[in-house]
Amino acid sequence: MINPSHFSAVVLFALFVSTVFGITMRETPRRMLRYGLYCFAMFCGSAIVLSWVMYLIAR
Amino acid sequence: MATTPNRTPAAGSQAASQGGFVYLPLIAGWLVPGAGHFLLRKWYRGALLAASIIGMFAMGLAMQGKLYAGAHDILELLGLAGDLGNGLLYIVSRAAGLGAESVQVTVADWGQRFIVVAGMLNVIAAIDAHNLRTGRKPS
Repeated sequence: MINPSHFSAVVLFALFVSTVFGITMRETPRRMLRYGLYCFAMFCGSAIVLSWVMYLIAR
Repeated sequence: MATTPNRTPAAGSQAASQGGFVYLPLIAGWLVPGAGHFLLRKWYRGALLAASIIGMFAMGLAMQGKLYAGAHDILELLGLAGDLGNGLLYIVSRAAGLGAESVQVTVADWGQRFIVVAGMLNVIAAIDAHNLRTGRKPS
C-alpha cells in the first residue's frame, strides 16, 4: 500500500489528468503540450489557493 | 436543417482510406487503455494515454481504493459507472479480488477517486480514438 501526502496525491492526479486532457482536447503536439501544462498548473494552483483559503477561514 | 460534418479534406480522406469496423478503436480503447490510438498508429499518444490511465488505476488500487461492485443507491451507481469505464482493468481486478472491501482510511478514499477518474479518462480517450477514426478530429 502506498501512502502519499495530500499534496503528492494532488500532483499525481494533476499529472495523469493533464496528460489525457492535453492529448484528447488539442490536435497538434505543440498545442497538446501547452494545454497539458496549462491544465497541470491550474489543477495544482487551484489546490494551493483553495488550501490557503480554507486555512484562513478555519482560523 | 441538415448540416455538413466539420471535416478537413485530408482528415476525410484519411478516415475513408481506413477500412474495417468504424467502432473498433472506440471499443478497443475502452477495453484496453490506449488501444484505440494504437490501432490508428498513434503510438506516442496511445502509450502516454495507457501509462496515465493504467498508472492512475494502479495507484488507486495501491491506495486501497474500493472497486464498486453493486448499485444500491445513486452514488454507488455513479461510482460503478465510472469504474466500468476502465474496461478490462476493472473486470480483471474484480475477478482477481483486488481493491478494498470498504474505505477505512483517508488515503483509500483518494484511491477510490483515482479509480473512478481513471475510468472516466479512459472513456474520453476512447471517444478521442473514435473521433480520429471518423475524421471528426483531423489529427
